[in-house]
Order: sequence, then structure tokens, then C-alpha cells
Amino acid sequence: MSFLTALDILVQSMLLASAPLIFTALGGVFSERSGVVNIGLEGLMVIGAFSAVVFNITFASSLGDATPWVSLLVAMAVGGVFSLIHAVASISFRADHVVSGVAINFLALGLGVYLVKDWYGAGQTPQIPESFSYYRIPFLYDIPVIGPIFFDNFITSYIAIFVAIIAWYVLFKTPFGLRLRSVGEHPLAADTMGINVYKMRYTAVIISGVLGGLGGGVYALTISQIFSAGTITGQGFIALAAVIFGKWHPLGAMGAAMFFGLAQSLAIIGSSFPLLADVPNWVLLAAPYALTILALAGFIGRADAPKAIGTPYIKGKR
Amino acid sequence: MFERFSRFQKILIPLISVVLGLIVGAIIMLVSGFNPIQGYAALLKGSLGESFYIGETIRQITPYIFAGLAVAFAFRTGLFNIGVEGQLLVGWVASVWVGLAFDLPKIIHLPMAILAGALAGALWAFIPGILKARLRVHEVIVTIMMNYIALHFCNYLIRFVISDEQNTTDRVPESASLKSPFFETLTEFSTMHYGIFLALAAVIIYYIILERTTTGFELRSVGFNQNASEYAGMNVNRNIVLSMLISGAFAGLGGAMEGLGTFGYGFIHGAFSGVGFDGIAVALLGGNVALGIVFAAALFGILKQGALIMPLESGVPTELVEIVIAIIIFFVASSYIIAYLLQRLKKGAK
Repeated sequence: MSFLTALDILVQSMLLASAPLIFTALGGVFSERSGVVNIGLEGLMVIGAFSAVVFNITFASSLGDATPWVSLLVAMAVGGVFSLIHAVASISFRADHVVSGVAINFLALGLGVYLVKDWYGAGQTPQIPESFSYYRIPFLYDIPVIGPIFFDNFITSYIAIFVAIIAWYVLFKTPFGLRLRSVGEHPLAADTMGINVYKMRYTAVIISGVLGGLGGGVYALTISQIFSAGTITGQGFIALAAVIFGKWHPLGAMGAAMFFGLAQSLAIIGSSFPLLADVPNWVLLAAPYALTILALAGFIGRADAPKAIGTPYIKGKR
Repeated sequence: MFERFSRFQKILIPLISVVLGLIVGAIIMLVSGFNPIQGYAALLKGSLGESFYIGETIRQITPYIFAGLAVAFAFRTGLFNIGVEGQLLVGWVASVWVGLAFDLPKIIHLPMAILAGALAGALWAFIPGILKARLRVHEVIVTIMMNYIALHFCNYLIRFVISDEQNTTDRVPESASLKSPFFETLTEFSTMHYGIFLALAAVIIYYIILERTTTGFELRSVGFNQNASEYAGMNVNRNIVLSMLISGAFAGLGGAMEGLGTFGYGFIHGAFSGVGFDGIAVALLGGNVALGIVFAAALFGILKQGALIMPLESGVPTELVEIVIAIIIFFVASSYIIAYLLQRLKKGAK
């Protein structure tokens, strides 16, 4: 295999595998920056994948080419609504964030598969009729050598990178972002300055739901093409790992998600690369998780969580 | 969850949560066009209706007790062990491995295989424990990551080390098996095995360690207030590691029950069995106390086992039970709001 073909395959599969992770990890960044732990990212992806697939199958005949796009919007909306459960439990009802996240994961998978069995009479949906396909970016594609490698991929992968940049701008360059981060660092101080802690946290969790749903939807429409209990198995947790490995920074999370996406795709196609043929498959599959532990332990730069993460804010209590 | 409630509330809140969970389940059945009474009747029949089902239910309760104990033990020391799933898996594989690798009389072989499971689970939990103790790395994230490392590592072991590129290992020999011909004939050949005795013994050990020993006192004390414990001369770091070790050992034992009893072999997992995550629900609902865990494990065992019959008997998909469990966790976790409402109710009555 020539070097260029290898690079082509590698870049394509990396961008494909990492797009859902990027969206979901960005969701995680928003929620965790506001001080709400979101173990429920997995569940948000599940519900996003479920709603995108079901909508796609149901409305493909009437919406035609626009179906995948509308499906993603639906996945975002459903993810946002679903994340409200986590928000209500962890912000208003003072539930332990981790426990509430676990409940979200259970609920999403249970509800999704329950409805699929009820509606389709089987453990999995049929294949979606309208999925995304490769998209050639005009002009850029015509650049010799690098054009066909970098600019002929799923459009969702480009959107993911774009959204990561927007997320960075929103979090670090706007008053809204500053407020959101301050609520996660020191809610009492933020409250004193007149920021509505509850409102900020609710907003952040809903954003994480919208992006998590989008991540799941993108996964369903580009990679799995169906929904079943086995569609989302651990991608949400990889996204969570990317949040931490990326040090709770949108662009860091994007980079980590790409890196993890690469590791994931290498596990599948790695055997065709001479250098990697000897690396046991499980090492590549487990690499994202192991690296995250190392990052947390401070072996790969220090990863410090937002100060007030995981603690419910109780007004008037110091 | 960490607020202090009265004794009465401690029992009432889990009960209310269960009832609410079942009500939500009933509503979902109604909305999707099923008869909830029929659904729950099928669930009861499928879990307790015949001796075969009772055997299967008890078999299901066995790993739940271990998983619940594992989560609860760490909880009591103020640690959240989400890694039970992974610790259970390595315990499973280790016990099967020892079961297959040696040829010994049963009296040595079986305890050795079971202990191997406990040891593997403890070892897997040691990593998050030591990272927490030495470097203050949050155990939740580390244990989640360790779950996935366990999943891929165990699949590798089963495929390339224990078996010869197969998807399952050989069956463990009789000398390392927990299978019980007595229970099998008693329950019309269900997969019930001797593990339930070990589970109940583990509950007693859990109680004794935590409530009746100095070590247990220290562990709980660290869970209540690390600074005060430190000031009283306790070694907080040592207790954190110890707590994770014991918690992981319980989880590993749960895996050994699956490996040596329920299945009798190991196999490649595409995804998690879910027992470890259900253990979180068991521990929460059981209030992290020994007796509570037994009741909670029994409830979830009944729900899970009965769910398997629901589609046949009433057409309701099995996953209804997942939803019910999720709702129960949600309400137990939100106990603050239930306690608050109870208080309002009381005031209103006066």
C-alpha cells in the first residue's frame, strides 16, 4: 500500500469516527464547566441515535434529501429535552450528579430499546433510508494530493470541527461563557455578582444534551445506520474521557476526540499497516481510557477539573 | 443523598421510590397499549411463579448481592466505585482461568478459583484506590476508564490466551464448579448454583467488617469526614486503598459466581453485562447497609428475571424493567425532594 493511500484511509476513518465524539465531548465540556458532572453523555448519545434513526425511517419518504439534516435537528431537540431530567435531578433536587447520570444512561437505553421493540417488533430498527454520504468541499478538493485526502469526507466531520471552534469562542470570548465558567468555579461568588447559578447550570446541561444528542445522531446516520441496544457502546464514555484528556477545553476536547477516534479506527483497520500489525488489538481499543487515567494522574500534563464540579449549589449555604 | 434523614425516612424513601418506579412503568405500559396489570403479573410469574423461575431468580440475585456490596462498601468510605463492572469481569476471567489451568481436588481447586476472582477484582480496584490516595485523582473517572480497559483486556485474554482464538473458553472442570445438582433437581434444572450461600456469607462478612471491627470504624469515619479522621490519627490514604481493595474483592467474587456457577466458562463480551451498574442501584436502594442490600438485590433480581418472561406472556418488551430501575435510581438519588415533600405533607396534615 502506498503511503498516500494509507494516509487517505487513516484520515478518513479518523474523521468519521471522531465526529460523534467531538460533538458529545463539547457537550460534556459545557456541562462540566458549569459544575455539573455528566456521566450521562452515553445516555444522551443513545437517545440522540434513537431519535435520529426513528425520524429518518419515518419521514424519509416525505422529506427526501433533507431527511438526515432534519433527523439531526430532531436528535438535538430530543437530547436537550432528555438532559432536563439530569438537570432537574442534579441541580434542583440536589441528587448526586454521578448517580443521576447513571440513571440517565439506564433510562435512555431502556426507553430506546423498549420503543424500538414496540414499534418495529424486533430488537433493532431497519436500516435508515437516507444517510449522509461523502462530501467534496468545492475548490479545496481540487488541491493536488492533500485535496482528496482532507476534503473528501463526511460533511458532519467538518461541522464538528467548526462547532468546536464556536464552542471555544462562546466559552472563552463571550460574557455568557465567562458566567458559565464562573458558576463552575465558585458559584457563591458568581451568585453574589448577580449571576443566576441555577439558570446558568440548567442552560449548560441543556446544551450538553443538545450536543450529546447530535453526537449520537451523527453516529447513527454515518456509522451504524440502525439503532439497537448495541449501537452506542461506550462512545459516550470515550467522549467523557476526551473532555478530561482535553482538560475541559473545547479545542482540547476536540483534539482528544480526534486522537481517540484515530485509536478506535486503528483498532479496526490497523492490521493493514505494517507498523501496527504487531500491536495487539486490545491495546489500541483500550488506549483512550488508559491515556485518560495517565492524564488525570498528572503524567501527561496536569488535568484540573472545575473547582465546584459535582457539588449542588444551595442558595444561602456557605 | 448525603443528607441526614431520620430512621423512618431512610426506610420510607426507598419504598416510595420503588412504588413510583413501578407506577411510571405502569404508565409507560398503558401509553404503549399494554395492560399494566397483565404485564406485572407476567413479571411476577416469570420470577416467582414456578420452581424453575425461582431458581433462576435466586441465581440472578447472587451476583447482584456481590455487586451491591462492592458499591456500598466503597460508598461507606466516601468513595464511588463505578468500576464494579470491570472488576467483576476480571474476577470472572481470573476464576475461569484458574479453574481451567489446574487439576486439583475440589476442596482446594474451587476455593482457589474463587479466591483468584476476588484477588483479580481487588487488584483492578487497587489502581483507582492508589491513584486517589497518592495523587487525589477522582476515582469515578478512573473506575469508568478501568471498566473499558477490563472489557478489552478480558476479551483479549479469552480469545488469545485462555482459548485458542475462540469466542468462549472451555467449561471449567467439575472440581472448580459451583454448579449444584441438588438445586438443579430441586428447581427443574434451573441454573441456580451454590453461589447464593457465598453471597449471604459475604453479606455477613460485610456487616462484621464495617460495623464490628476497628478497621470498619476507621473506614466509615474516613467516609464521614476525612479531616477529622486524619486529626484523630487515622491513616486516610491507607483506608482509601483498603476500601477499594475490599470493594473490588466483592466485585471479583461476583464475577467468580458468573464464571464458575451461572455460565461455567468465560466468553467474549461485546458490551458490559450490566451487573456492575445495577450494583449501584442495589447499593443506593439498600441504603448501603447489609440487610438493605439483600432486599434490594432480591427486588432487582425479581425484576430482571421476571422481565425475561414479560414479552412472551404479555407482549411487553423486557426493557420496561430497565426503565423502572432507572426511575427508581432517579428517585432514590433525589431523596432530598421526597423528604422535603414528606415534611410538607406532615405539616399540611397538622
